[in-house]
Amino acid sequence: MTEKLKVATVSLAGCFGCHMSFLDIDERILDLTAVAEFDRSPFTDIKHCGPCDLGLIEGGLCNSENVHTLREFRRACKLLVAVGACAINGNIPALRNPIPLKECLEESYVHGMGIENPQIPNDPELPLLLNQVRPIHEVVKVDYFLPGCPPSADAIWKFLTDLIAGREPSLPYPLIRYD
Amino acid sequence: MGTITIDGQAIPFQDGQTLIEAATEAGVYIPHLCHNPEFKPHGSCKLCSVKVNGRVCSACTFPAAEGQEVLNDTDELNEARRMITEMLFVEGNHFCAYCEKSGDCQLQAVGYFLKMTGPRFSYFYPRREVDASHRDILLDRDRCIFCELCVRASRDVDGKNLFAIAGRGIRNHLIVNSASGELEDSGMAVTDKAAHVCPVGAILIKRQAYKVPIGSRTYDERSISEVSLSAEAPVVAAKHD
Ligand code: SF4
Ligand code: SF4
Ligand code: FES
Repeated sequence: MTEKLKVATVSLAGCFGCHMSFLDIDERILDLTAVAEFDRSPFTDIKHCGPCDLGLIEGGLCNSENVHTLREFRRACKLLVAVGACAINGNIPALRNPIPLKECLEESYVHGMGIENPQIPNDPELPLLLNQVRPIHEVVKVDYFLPGCPPSADAIWKFLTDLIAGREPSLPYPLIRYD
Repeated sequence: MGTITIDGQAIPFQDGQTLIEAATEAGVYIPHLCHNPEFKPHGSCKLCSVKVNGRVCSACTFPAAEGQEVLNDTDELNEARRMITEMLFVEGNHFCAYCEKSGDCQLQAVGYFLKMTGPRFSYFYPRREVDASHRDILLDRDRCIFCELCVRASRDVDGKNLFAIAGRGIRNHLIVNSASGELEDSGMAVTDKAAHVCPVGAILIKRQAYKVPIGSRTYDERSISEVSLSAEAPVVAAKHD
């Protein structure tokens, strides 16, 4: 038997919707696990990425920890895929981009309704927020984009089966969606 | 009357027609965004770039002439068009996931047609103002692509001259011709032509957002190449009939 394809996945500044959509491939996941195994992923709870063939990134970059994780994936994975609108264009988290970060934090933690002991959290354990939410291709090289909010299970399946079969991934018209 | 070729196929044209008009009548789609055959050509988006006897020209402004050899559906031109489309996405704020125009939007549909999956460029995230002052019409400048269709419709059809593009480069923005600069004071009516020509989700009629559900919209099943020809060929034909 040939070695299984190693796949890692992560959600950065995303909502886990892309991962949920991935699981919507339903029983096809059995066909997938026959030829692929998961390394670091919310599906396995493995915390760090070993050498992988494929890394699937959900979500954009909103803090320093996202950037660190993305770089770990880029080092470990032969192919890196931006999965979903947030990874590709920042999407909903990027709604804060036109507003200065200080104002965002003050709105949430100082001036917002019903706040007791107002203060901006500054525990050193907390990752620092980036000034703006940025898409991942602005920080590392991205090999493929798989658009959608989220990409449908069929789009994810078509993409993966193309790659596994050694074909250049190509989505037919109804599977390319930006929404 | 005369004949040109597009990608080797013989295409007849009427005197005075542009390349895109001749192509549309003959059932050949040339991607375009700022062009709408109901209005004078504007020639700004460059999506309709074709090669005429080896030179790149805008098909929406370039006159057809006897014997021209035109290239349209080539890898090189489609790659250039994809790049232009990516630029349009990164220079505005296009979040299709929560845009009510999604599925009916020509920018998005052109992206689908060209198989654009993501941009190679960095995003600008420009700060653009939303004008929600009008009772019936919403102006969301985040999604404006400066095609000037609203400018042309308001000036040439409605006779009101309510819009213009101001600023340069990334500061480009649509301005409203009213004392306050707001739409509510402009005298714009929901029946104006200008309220119905925006190819993207920048000028929207309020309270229509999800009347047609996602999945049943214009470009959900049919590609813009098909939709555009069936809508525009009769408009072009009517001009010389
Ligand atoms: S205007 Fe079109 S491209 Fe822009 S966000 Fe809306 S649907 Fe997407
Ligand atoms: S508001 Fe719409 S029609 Fe007017 S210039 Fe912008 S994109 Fe074109
Ligand atoms: S369609 Fe010709 S330049 Fe825009």
